[in-house]
Amino acid sequence: MTLLEFASGPGLQWALWIFVFGVVWRLIGALFLLSRKDLTKPREYNSMKAGLGAILSRSAPAHAFEKSIRFQHVTGYVWHFALFVSVLFFAPHILFFKSVLGFGWPHLPNTIILVTAITATAVLIALLIRRATHPVQRFISTVDDYISIFVVLIPLITGILAFAHFGARYETLLAIHLLSVEAMLIWFPFSKLMHAIMTMPARYQAGTAFGRRGVKA
Amino acid sequence: MRKDQTLGEFLRSQGVSRRGFLKYCSATASLMALPPSAVAQVAEALATARRPSVIWLSFQECTGCTESLTRSHAPTVESLIFDAISLDYHHTLQAAAGHGAEAAREAAMEENKGKYLLVVDGSIPAGNNGYSTIAGISNYDMLIDTAKDAFAIVAVGTCAAFGGLPQASPNPTGAVSVSDIITDKPIINVSGCPPIPVVITGVLAHFLTFGTIPALDALGRPAAFFGQNIHDRCYRRPFYERGEFAETFDDEGARKGWCLYKLGCKGPTTYNACATLKWNQGASFPIQSGHGCIGCSEPSFWDKGGFYDPISAGNWGSRDALLGAAAAGAALGVGSALAARARKRKAQAQEEA
Repeated sequence: MTLLEFASGPGLQWALWIFVFGVVWRLIGALFLLSRKDLTKPREYNSMKAGLGAILSRSAPAHAFEKSIRFQHVTGYVWHFALFVSVLFFAPHILFFKSVLGFGWPHLPNTIILVTAITATAVLIALLIRRATHPVQRFISTVDDYISIFVVLIPLITGILAFAHFGARYETLLAIHLLSVEAMLIWFPFSKLMHAIMTMPARYQAGTAFGRRGVKA
Repeated sequence: MRKDQTLGEFLRSQGVSRRGFLKYCSATASLMALPPSAVAQVAEALATARRPSVIWLSFQECTGCTESLTRSHAPTVESLIFDAISLDYHHTLQAAAGHGAEAAREAAMEENKGKYLLVVDGSIPAGNNGYSTIAGISNYDMLIDTAKDAFAIVAVGTCAAFGGLPQASPNPTGAVSVSDIITDKPIINVSGCPPIPVVITGVLAHFLTFGTIPALDALGRPAAFFGQNIHDRCYRRPFYERGEFAETFDDEGARKGWCLYKLGCKGPTTYNACATLKWNQGASFPIQSGHGCIGCSEPSFWDKGGFYDPISAGNWGSRDALLGAAAAGAALGVGSALAARARKRKAQAQEEA
């Protein structure tokens, strides 16, 4: 069995099993935490409005911090947008998703994907440097942050190398790219990467909880 | 052709001009990635070379490799060089059969001890010697016997080089490649199903010119021919970069000659000279004729998923296994949530007490 056969076969299967197992475990665990007895009479509120309102209000920086977190805010959006475009609209990726999900969608030209992938990589490296050098960020960062950045950065770099056929044979680069994605999938459920799934529901839940108490979120 | 005739004499007798011969030498030198200064050496060596003795053993094969090498449409210099070798044993092409043919092989081996080239096509059944025999001799025994006094071995075709189709799962004959059995001789793997004719004559030309085997890649293939992958040399590559893909074999993209990646082309992971040398006197190659590369010069190409599955497709296993993982995760989630609640109740009870 070659490295690529392992990476696109058993390696992928194990990574997906662990990913699904971990994500379901954490989601179910979190859902069960939700039921809580009301100690006072809930206020009159629209739970959907409160939930969606919190999702929206937390998508923009709080006014008081607007200036001080502008860099992080902008780079955060650029990074996520560039990542999503690179992951979801590169033709070989769509073929990969199609083999897993059974359906595909239109792709973008490779040149656009190359720009978004390089942007995502550069922004993530800049954010990593900032995290490691900024006193406050450094203080609040844990090993989880650094590992999470690392397991996302490596697929980006190996992906660009595989795309450019640079550094090693294509099949080797593709195998390393797949293995790095698998490492990310395995790390995902047990780390801060879970924010990709948890962020929106958590904001929604916070919004409804505030709504019940009559707090404007 | 007389046995003592040089290659140069033979080619002249066949009407090949000096100009045509030198053209071939230049092309061969550049194909083998030799500097221009080596052309004269190639020409000199080839012109004065005596006919090398070649013994060709055909084992578990389909004769496609022999067809590829002998059925050139026009008598090219390549095919004439192939004609010029002293093919002392080839049971598909020779008139003799049975013990007479075996006697010819033994005589050639004796006469050219340590100097003859052994060409093998087809894999060797290691599971049971009885699966493939010639004149009652098993492939395994014949290979061991003929290889021991050979100068070098050329494994022609993917079956001889890597096991090929006979080795494909479930490999009923226990097929193995030449290099799985012979470990003490130089082996040149000229893989492909079939290999490109000019690659085998290029290897022969190298052998005639320098008396050595050419530089090989990690899989024992001549690096000059197998050094680059099809995708990097494909004339359809710009369509790949632009994201223009044929979605089916008869859509607009296919008619416009767009990239065949989505239709399972294995060009990016296949190393061969098809995209540059092409086939049938440079007329075309599979991708040019509208079908993706199937990766036939790579080991285990039959078992690397479907020919029409894109390279980036993953084998993610069964849905049941994923559902099982989800169920296990759900069970653990419920269990840990219940345990957390129990701990909370206990703490509350302790607090109240």
